[in-house]
Amino acid sequence: METSQSNKNNTIIESATSGDYKYGFVTEIDTHIIPKGLSEDVVRYISQVKNEPEWLLEFRLKAYRHWLTMKMPRWAHLDIPEIDFQAISYYAAPKPKEGPKSLDDVDPELRKTFDKLGISLEEQMRLSGIAVDAVMDSVSVKTTYKERLAELGVIFCSISEAVRDYPDLVRRYLGSVVPYRDNFFAALNSAVFSDGSFVYIPKGVRCPMELSTYFRINAAETGQFERTLIVADDDAYVSYLEGCTAPMRDENQLHAAIVEIVVEDRAEVKYSTVQNWYPGDKDGKGGIYNFVTKRGLCRGDFSKLSWTQVETGSAITWKYPSCVLQGDNSVGEFYSVALTNNYQQADTGTKMIHIGKNSRSTIVSKGISAGHSQNSYRGEVKVVPKATGCRNYTQCDSLLLSSTSGAHTFPRIDVQNESSIVEHEATTSKINEDQIFYCNQRGISTEDAIGLIVNGYAKEVMAKLPMEFAVEAQKLLSISLEGSVG
Amino acid sequence: MNSLKQYIDIFKENRRAIDDHSALALNRLRNDACKVLENATLPRKGDEDYETTDLNEMFAPDYGVNINRVNLTADPDEAFRCDVPNMSTSPYYFFNDIYHHHGDFAQQSSGVVISSLRKAASDYPELIAEYYGKIAPLDDAQVALNTLLAQDGIFVYVPRNVVLERTLQIVNIMNVAYPAMAVRRVLVVLEEGAQARMLVCDHTQSRTVQCLSNQVIEVSVGKNAVFDFYELEATAETSNRASSMWIRQAAGSNLLINGMTLANGATRNNYHISVDGEHAETHLLGMAIASGKQHIDNHTLICHNAGYCHSNELFKYVLDDNSTGAFSGKILVAPDAPKVEAYQSNRNVCASTSAKMFTKPQLVINTDDVKCSHGATVGQLDQEALFYMQTRGIPEHEARTLLMQAFMSDVIDGVRIDALKDRLRHLVEKRFAGTLSNCGECAGTCLKVKGKITKNDEI
Repeated sequence: METSQSNKNNTIIESATSGDYKYGFVTEIDTHIIPKGLSEDVVRYISQVKNEPEWLLEFRLKAYRHWLTMKMPRWAHLDIPEIDFQAISYYAAPKPKEGPKSLDDVDPELRKTFDKLGISLEEQMRLSGIAVDAVMDSVSVKTTYKERLAELGVIFCSISEAVRDYPDLVRRYLGSVVPYRDNFFAALNSAVFSDGSFVYIPKGVRCPMELSTYFRINAAETGQFERTLIVADDDAYVSYLEGCTAPMRDENQLHAAIVEIVVEDRAEVKYSTVQNWYPGDKDGKGGIYNFVTKRGLCRGDFSKLSWTQVETGSAITWKYPSCVLQGDNSVGEFYSVALTNNYQQADTGTKMIHIGKNSRSTIVSKGISAGHSQNSYRGEVKVVPKATGCRNYTQCDSLLLSSTSGAHTFPRIDVQNESSIVEHEATTSKINEDQIFYCNQRGISTEDAIGLIVNGYAKEVMAKLPMEFAVEAQKLLSISLEGSVG
Repeated sequence: MNSLKQYIDIFKENRRAIDDHSALALNRLRNDACKVLENATLPRKGDEDYETTDLNEMFAPDYGVNINRVNLTADPDEAFRCDVPNMSTSPYYFFNDIYHHHGDFAQQSSGVVISSLRKAASDYPELIAEYYGKIAPLDDAQVALNTLLAQDGIFVYVPRNVVLERTLQIVNIMNVAYPAMAVRRVLVVLEEGAQARMLVCDHTQSRTVQCLSNQVIEVSVGKNAVFDFYELEATAETSNRASSMWIRQAAGSNLLINGMTLANGATRNNYHISVDGEHAETHLLGMAIASGKQHIDNHTLICHNAGYCHSNELFKYVLDDNSTGAFSGKILVAPDAPKVEAYQSNRNVCASTSAKMFTKPQLVINTDDVKCSHGATVGQLDQEALFYMQTRGIPEHEARTLLMQAFMSDVIDGVRIDALKDRLRHLVEKRFAGTLSNCGECAGTCLKVKGKITKNDEI
């Protein structure tokens, strides 16, 4: 018994440390890619291909025109090479364009892809009870469990379907949390977004299963611009998971997504991300530029929004999942582990905007830097004058694994009344040599010891992840640290 | 509008007068400063590290500059309000930006130079050329503006292994009849093993006229030297201040800076410390007590360019009424600076519903073998402690004062001169009790005895 247990453990460690990016395959499926470049015609074309109503085209065009007036922001602690926005194809979709009616209709190659990713759709449907919406190259290919969710009135579908089937809902909420003027990438996404997920949980419904989306960039020289919109009506609850992978390519690819969440009275949304886009090779060649705008609006009283993220991938990560705590007694949470290795760069954190009275927020951010990477936490906690009795606690720790890596903390605290309490603390230190030595003594190699220590360090955040994701995330941390010793 | 323009115009129109009333070493940099300013703007509100302070607006009023160095007929004895009991100091004065030395200074025999910057520039041109404008970078718009117009200041030079026993006290007194800007420049050079302590007090006698101090302080702390710098601002609501301090620390040196703002209009203090040698120690402390419409913004940058150094930073604010406070601090550890220990802390109390605090503590760490931390809090006085004291018969306002005093005590504890520590405790107590700014003429601790001000109770 013991032997088999220890064998099992060994296999886990082996698979966890056996190296490189395992999602780096390319699926040879027929993809519909439009020529490179961005213009009003491209925006119109995307809208036309997707049979969109006039108002959405208008929205896209307004966004596009606004985007033209904007400049690429440079304030982050990131070294971003010049991006040629005309060298990207803004629409790539697996053919056929018609949505599949059942699993049998899904392209077998595509299904193999998702099997490789460990998200066999059938498996997911049968065993884990997670409803999956898989988005490949910007287009949603399959949403599982739709029928069962429909019984409860839960809408979980691709955003293009939602535009077709529930235009009023989409129109009401789209751009209400992240307006197209918000920032450079939000404007770009609003102009060219091709698909994404839409979730609506009606009043009083507790979503019986976790909803999940997998994003996959497959085609070369394309960008991915998906958009997620989640609305939890009064007293509703939903836990939403997001995972992402991409093939290994020498050139950089752009991913600029928007996630908008609206949380009404007493509702709760839990949003978990395991971000594992291709991070580039050991010399920093290739990898995804991950520039994402994620924001939730806790509009109702006693509403709650919780962001949990494990960021191990992407050449450059630039994202700040935020909470606008508008309702009285609303709660915002942000738990993050960001690991960078080799030449990865991450500038990530959160914003907590306290507008409602007695709103509370918690931020726990753990950064791990190895290799030549740069890892920054950037956050803002703002309490407006009328938001009395607010409470925020922020903790951001950085762990440094190499002398060539960097860990930075840039928090902003802006308190405009007397009855709120805001706390921030941060530490930066090297991995504890005594702990590594202790592990070595017990026969654990330095590399495994680091994996153990890092997982222990990140445990506080991992504990917030749903079970299935926690296991995957734990493995990811170890894999991403591969080769960082010495 | 770019408020620099008016100063560039003043400079161009009065170049000759400015040069004539200054010295060659100072004049030499003016052209370069002018070039920088022609293509620059002062930071505006919302710019990086200037989230709450608009320097462009601060410099925008039509301030007069005393280019022809018209001497003010002020009596230093009359103006002296900064006596620290039980502490012997050597006082030096600035009336607006006119240097005035009162009394003699015996220590000059050991090679120590304490004199007007203008005089030093002609007496010790090599020393001034070596350090003046070399520590504060000209590409900073405020520094460039200061360099453009500064005609005088104070120069302190402490030679190798000389210890200044007496604390140097510099008293800045603003007394203007029309809106004016004082352009002050301070240059301090401590050679290897030297030790000095400096106390700078800022006051305003004109309480109805707007004035602005534009101050640049350059300090070079030599190997194993020890330098204490205390700054106490107790001016008035009409008085604004833009001060920037640039310090270079060599190996093994020990630096203490304690900046205190008790009364002011709008203040922006920059502290840029570059720790260039190993085993150096840096203590940067600050305190701000604000009420009314006071605005206090402290910006700090500690660059650890060498390993095995220790830095400790603590800033505390108490904000009342409509006052606003801001703190932005950055600790930067260079890639090849191992074993650095750097701690930064910013604690704030908002005591009224309309007081605002903005804080941005930052760490930029580029190597792994360090221990760095920062913390920031914004909150109120502990309600339970207040209640407890009231149950013991202490009235609420007294209990609040006691708690606020206790809150500030660790900044005062950092002071390394006992007599000054006592004095500061006393001042802070008065400030919280609301009696510090009661006197119409003086921001000090004004106890009027039969219409006469008793000196010992003033700052």
